[in-house]
Amino acid sequence: MSDWQAFLDMGGYAAYVWPAYGASLAALLALGLLSWRQMKRVERRVALSETSDRGK
Amino acid sequence: MLAYANPQRFLRLARTLTPWTLGAGVLLAAVGVFLGLFVAPPDYQQGEAARIIYVHVPAAWMALFVYVCMAISSAVAFIWKHPLADVAAKASAPIGCVFTALALVTGMLWGQPMWGAWWVWDARLTSVLILFFLYLGYIVLWGAIEEPTRAARAARILALVGVVNVPIIHFSVEWWSTLHQGATVFRTDGPSMSTSMLIPLLTMALAYNVLYAAFLLIRMRTEISERRLRTIRLGLEAVS
Repeated sequence: MSDWQAFLDMGGYAAYVWPAYGASLAALLALGLLSWRQMKRVERRVALSETSDRGK
Repeated sequence: MLAYANPQRFLRLARTLTPWTLGAGVLLAAVGVFLGLFVAPPDYQQGEAARIIYVHVPAAWMALFVYVCMAISSAVAFIWKHPLADVAAKASAPIGCVFTALALVTGMLWGQPMWGAWWVWDARLTSVLILFFLYLGYIVLWGAIEEPTRAARAARILALVGVVNVPIIHFSVEWWSTLHQGATVFRTDGPSMSTSMLIPLLTMALAYNVLYAAFLLIRMRTEISERRLRTIRLGLEAVS
């Protein structure tokens, strides 16, 4: 078995180690991206309504 | 601190800090994962499966830490009526909820090969599951009550009542017999873990803390802007 195969095999625990790391990455990435997009959307709406306020 | 009670001042500071904390958090996490997967040795009892510790334990610590932050913010909101305290507590809840879910999922992925069971109803696992439901309840409560001041009040009470669960979780492994192993880092006689495993673990813990700060800033900015939007709308209604 090559070094990489041995690494990916995780001593036979591949089915547990990789999903644990994968779930952590996926969950934190999703939380970060969704929070960021929501922030951008709301900040844009505030900027829009503030400029339309000034127009009156 | 009190200078930043003004949401506008806080927003200015938050805008500057957001990219830095986000960058630092991602970098630290990358270093932590590298150390955990490549540098740390396999455990002499659990082999390579022990590498799950580097994503499980920091998530579990954050599950508790974020809840304590939420409870402290709620207390500050009650006592000093600090305008940002409710914002901080509300913004923390989804982050803590995700960390708790990760602690549960990675714990199950560790429990199956080590104990031969995905889940056991013992004190540690059950009390963390209750923490997860406390987070969910807190989030739902904010959405369920329409009037903002009443929603804030109810949410504060839930956050403060739920905090009794935190010491229960910490001491559950001592008070009740459990499959879950005891503390190896936060012990009165110091950590009982080799440095080669402690360093990746603490790096990941730091990374998760910095990511919490980054996500908290982002979510607090969102909440402040949403409140601003609400005020603008109310103002427009009053004019028309």
